[in-house]
Amino acid sequence: MRLFKFKGGVKPDTHKDASVQEPIACLPLLPLYVVPLHQSVGDVPRPLVQVGQKVLKGERIGDADGNFSSAVHAPTSGVVKAVEPRLLPHPSGLPALCVVIEADGEDRWTERAGLDWRNASADDIQDFLRDAGVVGLGGAVFPSHIKLDPNRSGHTGTLILNGAECEPWMTCDDALMREKAEIILRGGAILRRVLGAGRMLIGIEDNKPQAVAAMRAAAAKLDADDEGNTEILAVPTLYPTGSAKQLIRVLTGVEVPYGRRSQDFGMQCFNVATALSVYHALERGEPLISRIVTVTGNVERPRNYEALIGTPIEALLSLAGVKAGTDRFIMGGPMMGFTLPAISAPVVKATNCVIAANPALFPPPPPELPCIRCGACAESCPQELQPMELYWFARARNPDKAREYHLFDCTECGCCAYVCPSSIPLIDYARFAKSEIWAREREKAASDAARERFEFRTLREERDKTEKAARLAAKIAAAHQEAATSAAAPAPDDPKQALIAAALARAQAQKQAAQPKNIDQLSPATEARIRDIETQRGKARELANAPDTPPEEKN
Amino acid sequence: MNNSPYVRLPVSVRAIMLKVLTALVPGILTYVWFFGAAVLVQIALAAVTALAGEALMLGLRGKPIGVFLTDGSALVTACLIGLTFPPLAPWWLTVSMTLFAIVIVKHLYGGLGQNPFNPAMAAFAVAILAFPALMSQWPAVDVPDAPDATGFAAQMRVVFQSQPPQDGLTMATPLDTLRTQLHTAQTHATVDNVAGTHAAFGQIGGKGWEWIALAYLLGGLWLLREGVISWHMPTAFLAALALAAGAASLASPDNYAGPLFHLASGGAMLGAFFILTDPVSSPVTPRGKLIFAAGAGLLVWIIRTFGAYPDAVAFATLLMNLCVPLIDMHSQPPVFGRKNGNDKR
Amino acid sequence: MLTALLVMAGIALALGALLGFVSVRFRVEGNPLEEKINAILPQTQCGQCGYPGCRPYAQAIAKGEADINLCPPGGEEGIRKLADLLGREFKPLSAERGVEKPKQVAVIDEALCIGCTLCAQACPVDAIIGAAKQMHTVAETLCTGCELCVPPCPVDCIIMTPVAETVETWKWKFPAPPLPTRKPVAEEPV
Repeated sequence: MRLFKFKGGVKPDTHKDASVQEPIACLPLLPLYVVPLHQSVGDVPRPLVQVGQKVLKGERIGDADGNFSSAVHAPTSGVVKAVEPRLLPHPSGLPALCVVIEADGEDRWTERAGLDWRNASADDIQDFLRDAGVVGLGGAVFPSHIKLDPNRSGHTGTLILNGAECEPWMTCDDALMREKAEIILRGGAILRRVLGAGRMLIGIEDNKPQAVAAMRAAAAKLDADDEGNTEILAVPTLYPTGSAKQLIRVLTGVEVPYGRRSQDFGMQCFNVATALSVYHALERGEPLISRIVTVTGNVERPRNYEALIGTPIEALLSLAGVKAGTDRFIMGGPMMGFTLPAISAPVVKATNCVIAANPALFPPPPPELPCIRCGACAESCPQELQPMELYWFARARNPDKAREYHLFDCTECGCCAYVCPSSIPLIDYARFAKSEIWAREREKAASDAARERFEFRTLREERDKTEKAARLAAKIAAAHQEAATSAAAPAPDDPKQALIAAALARAQAQKQAAQPKNIDQLSPATEARIRDIETQRGKARELANAPDTPPEEKN
Repeated sequence: MNNSPYVRLPVSVRAIMLKVLTALVPGILTYVWFFGAAVLVQIALAAVTALAGEALMLGLRGKPIGVFLTDGSALVTACLIGLTFPPLAPWWLTVSMTLFAIVIVKHLYGGLGQNPFNPAMAAFAVAILAFPALMSQWPAVDVPDAPDATGFAAQMRVVFQSQPPQDGLTMATPLDTLRTQLHTAQTHATVDNVAGTHAAFGQIGGKGWEWIALAYLLGGLWLLREGVISWHMPTAFLAALALAAGAASLASPDNYAGPLFHLASGGAMLGAFFILTDPVSSPVTPRGKLIFAAGAGLLVWIIRTFGAYPDAVAFATLLMNLCVPLIDMHSQPPVFGRKNGNDKR
Repeated sequence: MLTALLVMAGIALALGALLGFVSVRFRVEGNPLEEKINAILPQTQCGQCGYPGCRPYAQAIAKGEADINLCPPGGEEGIRKLADLLGREFKPLSAERGVEKPKQVAVIDEALCIGCTLCAQACPVDAIIGAAKQMHTVAETLCTGCELCVPPCPVDCIIMTPVAETVETWKWKFPAPPLPTRKPVAEEPV
């Protein structure tokens, strides 16, 4: 089959061999798991459990909030110890709501029921996957059920499974394809059926020949009970082929622009590990509670582990044996990953790789020099952007202008910063400009809402005022009448005075009517005390009414 | 602590500038062979002045001197000044113009990466406007009955002005001669008889000049292979110059020199590979590079043929430098996926 | 000479007529400048500028009655945007109007609240909910942090608390400036 090329791209050293020498290992059960509620793109799931509640393995502990969200589940059986903000594996280093589960050691599953997906409606399958917490495991954690939307325009003819794994050091997909090729393909077959895709293309970078071979062998074995028309393609190793847009381009020649879904172009792309979780969810009824994590870098035993979601990253690292000299830990690959704020943070669905870094492997960048406009960044950009333009506008704190130069088409793949001879952190500038725009949009929405509310309030106050004025006018008219009819009081000219006089009269009448309370059947002593107080009050009144009393005398 | 990407290509501004300097070596050697070693003195003068000026300005601007002084950009500017100025130009002219290039054209506009004009070419333009006579002191080559113009001692006496240039020590360049004879001096000369009667003319672009141009071409091709420059600018520049010259000489071979003469004369090759390609003052988009260099090529031919100055690379470069922001703005390439209106439903 | 004068006078008349026509033909309803200024103001309605709300301040700026540096919640960025819009020089925030603070919201200590409704009456955006003699509370997402509810409270139960950054609102910082200068130089205006 003919393959296509995308512009740009870079070829960093891959360092992949070390972590695929041994097969995937499982972790022993740990005493404590911290499961963040927000693990996917979209809205934060609502917690379903309370402190002290017993949960079983695979039990839903966070419910998808709306359709653009994804559920989370207990990784093992145990007791909910806390539902509280805990540190996330996120570049911000900020805490967010997590469910802390103390394992009971039994690792007992909740009732598992798959779905008869062959006969189920597309909506049911979507809901099932949403509630099984299946999200893209390539690192973007986009909820998978959204990608299966049957209502998207256009017919999906091609299903693409992404096994390119272009990030250096990372081998979790490689290891999975070597060991679970058949299940991946079965998962792919389900996705294909749901989408009604005529063919399935699986793109794997040609630096993973064993994965390609394993997948091909499994495909040949499955061919009998499969629809066929599945192709496993070794694509040239070039970062970032593993990015969905670039892989789609390589395999089909189609460029999916920012702001549109690949489904609009008749194709859909899933990571190979996602295909596996789709199979587990629909066939076995097992929600997404674990994933493969590559632990590599400056460690004794680089390897892939199958880790439960919520496993503290330090548990993985202690199994791998961090060597001396490690100065930080990177989650994700060296091109797009971030420095972990702390290794106590848990494994989440996005944790594809943890790298122990030292200055020898990842040297600190030389000082940033001015841009010399050499254009290397533009040549390397797989999105065919002009990163230096974005950088200039971001640096001038003019993110809106950067947006005009397609800032949001930037996937932050890091190629531009990788090639920059002036060592400019171009990606940091792009990230800064993006978050600045998001922040401004939030502020704009808030201030628009505030303005609306303020204007409504002003309107209401105006209305109240006019209504009050109307009531006042009516009262004045009534007072006039009253004054005219009563002969005792001469009618004052000022209507306000008349009103006050009327109010006074009413108050007097009320005072007359009101009798002192609780004065029946009092003991003589109390009556005497009341009299006493009354005389004192009278004195006080006299004193207060006496004009120009010098303060000295008061004392 | 930096953010991702955590890995980088081992590239640097310094490495790029060093490669440019290396690529100039064949040209410089050929230059020395034909016109004598004075050019080395000029380059040295310019280099020392450029570094001193750079250090001074960095100090005044409060920038770290060590980092910027070693980036090599001042040395490239100095080399271009040394190579474009006549080797017999007086020392003070080279020094003052280098200072002008570094202090005013480069640093007053913001230093490395910020100057809108090519510093060396701005210096050349100012020098030729202010001192046209001194800027035409090119050594005579192989003129019978003349003192040896390429002798180092004689050249040094001129450069350091212990004596004015003797008759026969300097001569006009072939480009200058041709332009004067054909277009400004109201004679009925033709290209062939001017070329035939003047000593400076060689096989193609003038004695020595054609070989120097070839050496620059070699260095330029190596830069291309190393990926320091892209093919866009040299190709567009040389093609535009050759096309303009070719068309004119086809129409009237007596009055207009042919394309090969233009390509192999004066600063055409140096301009195509080393001057226009200065990234700071040229466009960054591929299409912009083509427009920029083609415009410069056309301007070079026009100014060489009808203008008042012997060579035109400096003026053409500066004029096109002016247009760079506009060219860049209007030559933004389409973004991934946005080529056929794909991004709109 | 006379011809020249006539020509000039003719041109003047023609241009004047054109201007007059244009001003009638393309008259703009309302004041678009006021709208643009109001769009820049942060809509906290706090009155720190000395005007009873953002729109009155916008009106005053549009009329040229008020300076552009009177809005503390809008801060330096707001002043810059106003300066850009109006083609004026940037000037620092007027010190007598207060200081730029990080975004805050009002929080009512519910144990202390006596339900006097004074705060609800003071709130310019109706973000305080509660009826007479009932405990009041602040709708956090609606609160603009204007502090107008704080002084009326008879029991001082309203506390302004800064809005904490969350993973969702966290921002990537501006990358460190290229190469530190050797001597401290005032930060370049952006």
